[in-house]
Amino acid sequence: MTSTYSAFSILREGLRGGRGWRQAWRSPDPKPAYDVILIGAGGHGLATAYYLAKRHGLRNVAVLDKGWLGGGNTGRNTTVIRSNYFYPESVALYDLSVRLYEGLSKELNYNVMFSQRGMLVMAHSEHEMEMAARHTNAMRLNGADAELLEADGVRKRAPLLNFSPQARYPIHGAVWQGRAGTGRHDAVAWGYARAADRLGVDILQNCEVTDLIVEAGRVTGVETTRGRIRAGVVGAAAAGHSSVIAGMAGQRLPLHSYALQAFVSEPLKPVIDTVAFSPAYGTYFSQSDKGGLVIGGGLDRVPSYGQRGNLPMQEAVLSGLIEMAPMLGKVKLLRHWAGIVDVTPDSSPLIGPAGIEGLYINCGWGTGGFKAIPAGGYLFAHLLAEGRHHEISRPFDPDRFAAGRLIDEGAAWGIAH
Amino acid sequence: MQLFPCPFCGDRDEREFHFAAEAGKSRPDTTGAVSDAEWATYLYAQRNDKGPVREVWVHLTCAELFVLERDSVTMAVLRATPLRQDPA
Ligand SMILES: Cc1cc2nc3c(=O)[nH]c(=O)nc-3n(C[C@H](O)[C@H](O)[C@H](O)COP(=O)(O)OP(=O)(O)OC[C@H]3O[C@@H](n4cnc5c(N)ncnc54)[C@H](O)[C@@H]3O)c2cc1C
Ligand SMILES: [Zn+2]
Repeated sequence: MTSTYSAFSILREGLRGGRGWRQAWRSPDPKPAYDVILIGAGGHGLATAYYLAKRHGLRNVAVLDKGWLGGGNTGRNTTVIRSNYFYPESVALYDLSVRLYEGLSKELNYNVMFSQRGMLVMAHSEHEMEMAARHTNAMRLNGADAELLEADGVRKRAPLLNFSPQARYPIHGAVWQGRAGTGRHDAVAWGYARAADRLGVDILQNCEVTDLIVEAGRVTGVETTRGRIRAGVVGAAAAGHSSVIAGMAGQRLPLHSYALQAFVSEPLKPVIDTVAFSPAYGTYFSQSDKGGLVIGGGLDRVPSYGQRGNLPMQEAVLSGLIEMAPMLGKVKLLRHWAGIVDVTPDSSPLIGPAGIEGLYINCGWGTGGFKAIPAGGYLFAHLLAEGRHHEISRPFDPDRFAAGRLIDEGAAWGIAH
Repeated sequence: MQLFPCPFCGDRDEREFHFAAEAGKSRPDTTGAVSDAEWATYLYAQRNDKGPVREVWVHLTCAELFVLERDSVTMAVLRATPLRQDPA
């Protein structure tokens, strides 16, 4: 059986009809008990399991999902990876993630196709240029790469954009992060799943958590559609359904769930080799290796668990795209969809205890948690294994709300995420 | 395009409405001491229910606040009730 991916193994398996490949992960039956149960086999749950096994030696671990692994937001996102945040706490978190992504294909022996094609965040007026300078400086002070570009510099990187002074929002310049880029979303889920499985982690798909077992004020396990499973500790990484899980133990989280939409066009010849984002238009896009434009924007207008988009936001995002790059006006869409994202009041994640012993949460990533999967998993594993925060996750504990120490990235960056 | 019912104007385009807050939260009584935890719960903790919900919405064009009951999965509207009560 061939289990390691390399040029040599692909050649050898190619020559013998690919019959020797080992399955990427097992589909075991649930055991009666685990040291750690993770709810949600998205990127964050799977990465947490991997780092628990790899860095903390905890291998009696299960990751449960009500559907298939990576079928939540991890498999629905537009795959932008970046660390262009404002506050030091955020840059420490997201840049840890970018650094882990830089080594991830090697670490997991799985090509996650992290392509550091850079990202432009457009500025459309003199005032926005001043804010862009402030952001650039903040990022540099915090140790992330950033460069302030004038319109000419933007034109060199993305000539298809609308540089007309008559544009609804004329381009004055942009903040450029060269280490930002895109990755292959499914590969991130599959790579962590395969690597965690190899270390002994049980991935239990089609295993919905229907209730939490609470005994003497402590969460001691879960009821599932595949039976009762006990746990030393439970970690929830359930994105838009985190409030539902916490509610099973009587806890309320500072979250609203919203639908977030994305769009993919028919495949085109290469037209853009970076990520372009305009906060003013409320639209961003990049081009996948298959040639499809991958297009995203802001949240739908009303809290929702309906995993489908609504028309007003669709119109806003697509009309923004056409204003940003008028030559794309005739491009046809291939598909569009939505995921349910978990939005906090300060647009920063929640990593920490859920308010009852035995239950921890890793959520609140909202519209931006794909980029954070390696760091989220790394830090959540640390918390679950050690029972205390890594210094990078400490500021993101839910206790920041009572302390009034919000990390308001929504206000700092003007991004609805 | 979904239509939502304003109790005053009738069915209108969804873009005219704004979700304001979950219904049923009451502001802590500030005549006594209020702890940080109580304030935080009032300000930030949400039910965020999946299924039937009761929320305060505003119809932006007429500026009236009202309670909207709806299903957060199907987006079906169950009931719209005015918050304003006519003086007796
Ligand atoms: C359209 C769209 C575009 C996005 N674009 C970007 C982007 O460009 N860059 C970026 O960084 N982020 C982006 N995001 C956000 C990103 O996708 C998420 O923040 C991230 O994937 C969250 O990962 P997760 O593992 O926490 O959640 P998920 O991948 O959603 O995994 C949670 C899992 O929990 C499972 N679950 C829920 N309830 C239960 C239960 N009761 N029992 C068992 N399992 C349960 C679900 O089935 C799901 O698989 C986007 C999101 C969307 C929807
Ligand atoms: Zn009205």
